Amino acid sequence: MSHAVVDLVDYDDAVARFDPVIGIEVHVELGTRTKMFDAAPAGFGEEPNTSVTPVSLGLPGSLPVVNGTAVEYAIRIGLALNCSIAQTCRFARKNYFYPDVPKNFQTSQYDEPIAFDGHVDVELEDGTVFRVDIERAHMEEDAGKNTHVGGSTGRIHGAEYSLVDYNRAGIPLVEIVTRPITGAGARAPEVARAYVQTLRDLFRALEVSEARMERGNVRADVNVSLRPTSSSPLGTRTETKNVNSFRSVERAVRYEISRQAAVLDAGGAVVQETRHWHEDTGTTTSGRVKSDAEDYRYFPEPDLVPIAPDRAWVEEIRAALPELPAARRRRLQGEWGFADAEMRDVVNAGAVELIEATVAAGAAPAAARKWWMGELARTAKEREVELAELPITPAQIGALQALVDSGRINDKLARQVLEGVLAGEGDPEQVVVARGLEVVSDDGPLLEAIDAALAAQPDIAEKIRSGNLGPVGAIIGAVMKATRGQADAGRVRELVLERVSQ
Amino acid sequence: MSDDLTRISAAALADRLQAGEVSSVEATRAHLDRIAAVEPAVHAFLHVSDEDALATAADVDARRAAGETLHPLAGVPIAVKDVVVTRGVPTTAGSKILEGWVPPYDATLVERIKAAGLPILGKTNMDEFAMGSSTEHSAYGNTHNPWDLERIPGGSGGGSAAAVGAYEAPLAIGTDTGGSIRQPAAVTGTVGVKPTYGSVSRYGLIALASSLDQAGPVTRTVLDSALLHELIGGHDPRDSTSIAEPLPDLVGAARLGANGDLSGVRVGVITELQGEGYQAGVLARFHESLGLLERAGAEIVEVSCPHFTYALAAYYLILPAEASSNLAKFDGMRFGLRVEPSEGPVTAERVMAATRGQGFGDEVKRRIILGTYALSAGYYDAYYGSAQKVRTLIQRDFSAAFAQADVLVSPTAPTTAFKLGEKLDDPLAMYLNDVATIPANLAGVPGLSLPAGLSDDGLPVGFQVLAPAKADDRLYRVGAALEALLENEWGGPLLAQAPELEVAR
Repeated sequence: MSHAVVDLVDYDDAVARFDPVIGIEVHVELGTRTKMFDAAPAGFGEEPNTSVTPVSLGLPGSLPVVNGTAVEYAIRIGLALNCSIAQTCRFARKNYFYPDVPKNFQTSQYDEPIAFDGHVDVELEDGTVFRVDIERAHMEEDAGKNTHVGGSTGRIHGAEYSLVDYNRAGIPLVEIVTRPITGAGARAPEVARAYVQTLRDLFRALEVSEARMERGNVRADVNVSLRPTSSSPLGTRTETKNVNSFRSVERAVRYEISRQAAVLDAGGAVVQETRHWHEDTGTTTSGRVKSDAEDYRYFPEPDLVPIAPDRAWVEEIRAALPELPAARRRRLQGEWGFADAEMRDVVNAGAVELIEATVAAGAAPAAARKWWMGELARTAKEREVELAELPITPAQIGALQALVDSGRINDKLARQVLEGVLAGEGDPEQVVVARGLEVVSDDGPLLEAIDAALAAQPDIAEKIRSGNLGPVGAIIGAVMKATRGQADAGRVRELVLERVSQ
Repeated sequence: MSDDLTRISAAALADRLQAGEVSSVEATRAHLDRIAAVEPAVHAFLHVSDEDALATAADVDARRAAGETLHPLAGVPIAVKDVVVTRGVPTTAGSKILEGWVPPYDATLVERIKAAGLPILGKTNMDEFAMGSSTEHSAYGNTHNPWDLERIPGGSGGGSAAAVGAYEAPLAIGTDTGGSIRQPAAVTGTVGVKPTYGSVSRYGLIALASSLDQAGPVTRTVLDSALLHELIGGHDPRDSTSIAEPLPDLVGAARLGANGDLSGVRVGVITELQGEGYQAGVLARFHESLGLLERAGAEIVEVSCPHFTYALAAYYLILPAEASSNLAKFDGMRFGLRVEPSEGPVTAERVMAATRGQGFGDEVKRRIILGTYALSAGYYDAYYGSAQKVRTLIQRDFSAAFAQADVLVSPTAPTTAFKLGEKLDDPLAMYLNDVATIPANLAGVPGLSLPAGLSDDGLPVGFQVLAPAKADDRLYRVGAALEALLENEWGGPLLAQAPELEVAR
């Protein structure tokens, strides 16, 4: 594949002179037990072409039947996005020939989506709330998965042959389409990222999908166009397909803004087309041009009766909706007594669930935050992993804090215990025992160490005896050093004062 | 009463099986022998499953001997149209593109037939993908009308009708998208029923037009059709258009009708389905039948269905549109024929094109092109959209007509069987065969065709009865009554007047 050298306009310059408009289509694979239209299990990672029935293979004579749970999940998503739920809606056939679509048409919703006209509030990293209008959320089935064998790129071009796995064919999807997102200006890439992240969190909270980006459970297509000013008509857009991580969503939008600005600056016109995203280079390249030649010959799916969700059922689903992520964050912030900035840091660090679980394990919210946002955040950064990927559980942090609270270890020892847990030495209790890290509460060894310290620094001992308590800290420090931090500093101080007054 | 087990009705054979007078193996073997004898002349079958049929028959006999309670039709052999998928038995839908395909599953109606213990004799010939009215569009040769081997047996289900008419099977399954059960019944002097849309599961029928297709019985008597309809009908969760209600009492209605009393029944004669284009002999037999119904106590009323005039036009947009999409799956990628292009790169797209180019016959291609065009952006509203509006108007015509009459009647087909080859090059003339049967498919209402006598040319004429959706029982009551009245006039079944076929030795 040839990569034409593209001159980019500096991003800040681009957004200073153009108003970017974005639109995002998010596909989410629903976590139903079976597929959208048949009883084949909707699993992941099975042997190729084993999770199939005559229906998912599109065998002659087979007929689809709508998965009721998928409809319920779609309604959940629609309600959580503040959409209206259709009184009645139909599936349609999207006709096109491609080997990963076993019937050579995809059963999808076309002009009658199950949910429409909604919105979702997206919180940016600095706490700004940006409202994204939702045009529609509709149900459809996934296609199979092609593997192109031979050739260098894994793409169909140059491949010797292709293999198709129909396990994924028929997995239920909900596609959520925004209205054009205007007014984001220079923050458009950030809004795009935050929007996809917000939806991901929503899918998890609604328990409609595991929503694992790395498995492709959530896939985003990002549309970008530029116009001279916010009052100009919309410019020609490009659609960058299959951008599958939060960071990539942000980068893809940013790249397209810079690229389109360059095209326009050169007096050219942006071509309406789909573009491929390249994770490695952070660039997009031209895919196929969207033209009128692409005619999907949509018509209502005659094998399925219309879906008319009973209103009482919809209200039941609404009433049973779980607490949504934004409301939950507000509630937890109140319960925990965190300042806005503190809570934002916690959210951005992906530590809400971890702190919640740590609090549930008995730690005070402030202590839980201190661990996750302090020592553990530093460790995660060093190791270049997410907080949740550290080899330590909220329950272990809870147990660690309980040891501190009971006075069995102090803060300094606690850090050593943490180190031990992270090193795989077991639970905090085990580390304390194995490493012998308990606070020394027997006065005998302490008095020995104090006497030694006083003897080693006679001038300081003399000052203390004369009533100048300033240098006491030096003696305490020496004792702590001698006991490898296992002494209770308060007790040491008491004993030092006793000793000099004798 | 003939001792020939192939000449008696399915109901009579069932009685003799239950009484232990004959075994299913005997009955099945008799039909297999008959098939062997007349197939060279008739060619109703594409595949004969002698071993499977005899095995089923032997199993039923053993279970009966062991005192098991069996389905009333257990042991009665049946033929199945090749558009219905049968596990382990080749299923082609009359097309080269499915040559050699052996389905890994059974259609719901086949499951029910197997569960009831009916030996399946084989798969019957048909127009390719059920597109046609003469069975001449089969990729596997013509089927011949038992009344005159030079003539068509109707279509698309000419194989099933001819098999029943030639005593190769007492029962057969057909499918009816625009008349493919009823028109062959009419031209072969047999009985065929298109049930209410959703009455019989479509799961496992290779779809032609999903919103029109319906499977139903092909038999020699009205009662036999009722028995078979009750066996294959009823709700199926695998077909979301299947009606989630029990069937009406069809067999009861047929038995009631057979007493010949139709007092209080209002019979509506559809003005638009007679007159121009209908053979004189066809109309003569139709009106004689009306006279018999009236003498049996029925009230004859004239009803108008003004939009039926547009039914054929609407049908030939809706059917091709749905068919163009339903037939897209035949592409050489997963099953059936696969043709690689003779030159140039072997890409998926080119394999699909080569496979479809070679695998489909002309009529199929004609309708795929028509349907693809009708669904195209910019034409959808003018063609598919308008056709759907006409469909709604036809449904309203039916509603208004059924407010005036309990059943509606018409000739089943405008003419008797024409000669093989006569209309093959004139698609429009061929399409006109279904002018009287298509409205029922567009509205989803049930229809029955039964023999009404012979036209001036000595060939059978069909009489069609239509009923409101989900009132299939009315078809059987009126059909059985007329059948009894006519056979009383004739002194026996019409088929008894058919010439004996030359039997191969």
